[in-house]
Amino acid sequence: MSTHHDPSTDLTTRDGAPLPERFEDPGLEGHRARVGDSDPKAQKRAERQVVVLFTLSILGTVGAIVAYALVPPGETVGSMRLSNLLLGLGLFLGLAGIGFAAVHWAKSLMNDHEQAEDRHPTASSEAVRVKAVEALREGVKDSSIGRRGVLKGAMVTSLALFPLAIAVPLIGNIGGDWDVSRSKRTMWRRGTRLAIDPTGRPIKAADVTIGSVFHVIPEDLHEAEHPLDEKAKAVVLMIRMDPRDLKSEQGEGWSYDGIVAYSKICTHVGCPVALYEQQTHHILCPCHQSTFDAADGARVVFGPANRPLPQLPITVDDEGYLVAQDGFNEPIGPSFWERLT
Amino acid sequence: MSTVDSPAAPAAPPTRSARAAAATADYLDQRTGVGNAVKEFARKIFPDHWSFLLGEIALYSFVVLLISGTFLTMFFVPSMTEVHYHGPWASMNGVEMSEAFASTLRLSFEVRGGLLMRQIHHWAALIFMASIVTHMMRVFFTGAFRKPRELNWLVGFTLMILGLLAGFSGYSLPDDVLSGNGLRIADGVARSIPVLGSYISFGLFGGEFPGTELIPRLFTVHILLIPALILALIGLHLLMVVLHKHTQFPGSGRTDKNVVGYPLFPVYVAKAGGFFFVVFAVIALMGATMTINPVWNYGPFDPSVVSAGAQPDWYMLFLEGGLRLMPGGVEFVIGEYTLSLNVLIPAVVVPGLLFTVLALWPFIEAFATGDDREHHVLDRPRNAPFRTAFGVAFLTAFMVLVLAGSNDLIATHFHLSINDITEVFRVLFFVGPVIAFWITKRICLALQRKDRELVLHGHETGRIVRFASGEYIEVHKPLDEHERWLRVQHEPRRPLEIEPAEDARGVRRPGYRIDAMRRRLSTLFYEDRVEPVTPAELAAAQSHGGHDALPAAHDEHPAELSGAGGGVRHLAADQEDTEGTNRP
Repeated sequence: MSTHHDPSTDLTTRDGAPLPERFEDPGLEGHRARVGDSDPKAQKRAERQVVVLFTLSILGTVGAIVAYALVPPGETVGSMRLSNLLLGLGLFLGLAGIGFAAVHWAKSLMNDHEQAEDRHPTASSEAVRVKAVEALREGVKDSSIGRRGVLKGAMVTSLALFPLAIAVPLIGNIGGDWDVSRSKRTMWRRGTRLAIDPTGRPIKAADVTIGSVFHVIPEDLHEAEHPLDEKAKAVVLMIRMDPRDLKSEQGEGWSYDGIVAYSKICTHVGCPVALYEQQTHHILCPCHQSTFDAADGARVVFGPANRPLPQLPITVDDEGYLVAQDGFNEPIGPSFWERLT
Repeated sequence: MSTVDSPAAPAAPPTRSARAAAATADYLDQRTGVGNAVKEFARKIFPDHWSFLLGEIALYSFVVLLISGTFLTMFFVPSMTEVHYHGPWASMNGVEMSEAFASTLRLSFEVRGGLLMRQIHHWAALIFMASIVTHMMRVFFTGAFRKPRELNWLVGFTLMILGLLAGFSGYSLPDDVLSGNGLRIADGVARSIPVLGSYISFGLFGGEFPGTELIPRLFTVHILLIPALILALIGLHLLMVVLHKHTQFPGSGRTDKNVVGYPLFPVYVAKAGGFFFVVFAVIALMGATMTINPVWNYGPFDPSVVSAGAQPDWYMLFLEGGLRLMPGGVEFVIGEYTLSLNVLIPAVVVPGLLFTVLALWPFIEAFATGDDREHHVLDRPRNAPFRTAFGVAFLTAFMVLVLAGSNDLIATHFHLSINDITEVFRVLFFVGPVIAFWITKRICLALQRKDRELVLHGHETGRIVRFASGEYIEVHKPLDEHERWLRVQHEPRRPLEIEPAEDARGVRRPGYRIDAMRRRLSTLFYEDRVEPVTPAELAAAQSHGGHDALPAAHDEHPAELSGAGGGVRHLAADQEDTEGTNRP
């Protein structure tokens, strides 16, 4: 605001009184009449509309019950959809009729004069506060807790300790056997046959054509105590490429004639990396798009993963079936604090 | 109610139902004293505005969740025991699956109305979260969180977090492939937490992932723990609304000392009660016509299977987006321990920071303003440019994460390279909020200038008048006093002044550092501002035909005001003071 003013900014009104610093609240605006406020016909019409809406609701509910009785979900997607649709439309009408009737009634027929109500400060008054403090003080005095330090200490300690009798058994049991080192081991052993997921049929190296991809489980997966838990760690993606395309692998001789096998559990947060692009040899995780190069030791080429997918060393047994040379030489899946210990 | 005028006229004999109602009321009142509550609340005044309905939608969709959820619990079996499916859904015949998934199929295909209730439940959950978030936006942008409502903001914030947990625990229950991979991601995130990660994962799953305990545990969490907490906190939330009385938008006659609106009974009983049915009806229509989460197409959970283009529910997308955006390469091995920052940062640190700022915002702003008064009249967002700009910047960061969580769908729908999209989002996450902040602040200031312009010069009428001298002017129609009040009612906010670090005798003042911090924050908030028109300015504008030279409000004459103690004062003094006129 410019400090030097021209005469026209003199801060007085015509009658000489000083202007206020701020504008003043003009107070509530007058009531704007609705058509129905003066026209009894319009009011009657609104009333009829409300009645019609309530009636629609009744019809809707009846319709829903009729649909329930007459249109079963049946065996096909079509009949299922129809049953769902009719039942839902009936419910919709039953509810919407009530809702719109009530709102329409309120807006067109009920008194719409705004009213003002006073607010009071949220805080209690000084007198009340004094009384409240007095009440607490009397209570403290009656309990004489102020002078009994040992009692106070004993009470606080016992209250702090008793939840342990519930928490300790809970925590003791909630994690099963708490043997977290199990996450580092999979079912793959020396000589475990690679089998097709989910049939469990072992795979002959000769049946794997160049460019093909196999979703693989250990052959003995179904004999495991908890097959799903084991499968969640042991699934493998097996790819055959032209041996000349294979730039590197994680260990000397871990592939077999262009066949490489990598853990299918993403090293980011553990989704199965299920997508393979034949031309580029890229393996892609559909969850967060971490991309690994199958031809280059599953090196990370893009995305949030940090480590390559661990490689399963493979070879063939006497009968020509693909087998593991050994288990994974590092824990599979996402990183965790003690994975290298 | 007009019978008072004619006491002589005999009252009409009460009808039978009126007598019955009176007897019931008397019975209840003698046992509960309910008359006091009715007297207190029946005609309580509530202000009216469409944006106040957002919170109502949240409440009503929660009621719909309770109703539809109770229906579902009658048929859902929360068990991970493996069974073979036999039923009308031919493509799954003989497939091995958990009882949870099998019962979800039965619920969808064989229980009449089951699919409708499932879809209503899922849609209601999405709407529940959407209305919570938009309700929070309304509260944020209008400054409704200011004293005395800071604690209620925290209650609402906690409700939002509980809503997220309710949603996540709920959509994991059917034990399908999609939600199973969601749980696997949760497991991966839990494991990234230093030291305790593996133990947290084992604690959640009762052993290794996926185990056999999770679905029953999630069920208890989803149908008992979280709903009970939500219900209790909704009670608290509403209790505080009644205690504080609802905020109201500015307008003539609306002050911090009153509440203007309509009585609870009958207007809001009808409007709000009717609105419950409208919300339920819309959700029912969605459940009837729009398929959601067709788990029968996904199949039961199998740790080896995943579908491309998989998305979590919308309110989890920001976490998913963060995970997708974070580049790898920030995993460190310290000694022999692994610290996986590429997961920890997007899944724990960034959301943690964002949520903390959100939760603490009322306290941050109160610190910057040093304002200790109660506020019941809402801000128009333009009148709080820094806050509004900050809110939009926050939402921009959130939206970038949400979009990043759908980057694969964006790639396939628009035929773009997913790598390029990800790279762009990585940059946008940092740059977008800054740009959004700047633009929003400029828009707010421009809108405030527009308000000044309107108050000073009135509406353009389009009527051109030629004077005898040959001069043309457009006639402006001055604002009426109600229109004007809306544009001048807000208090100008200015940066705080603080007392110097040392007093006259050179003694260092305790608390100076905090005051200095407060001043810096307050300057950040209120340095750029446009102040409302004062009567003097209007008089000046009117007396010389109106001018466009708007006085820029800046710190040219920071006069002081006798303020509260604590070294902080409001710069509420104005031109009038320097002119030597008295304050009214």
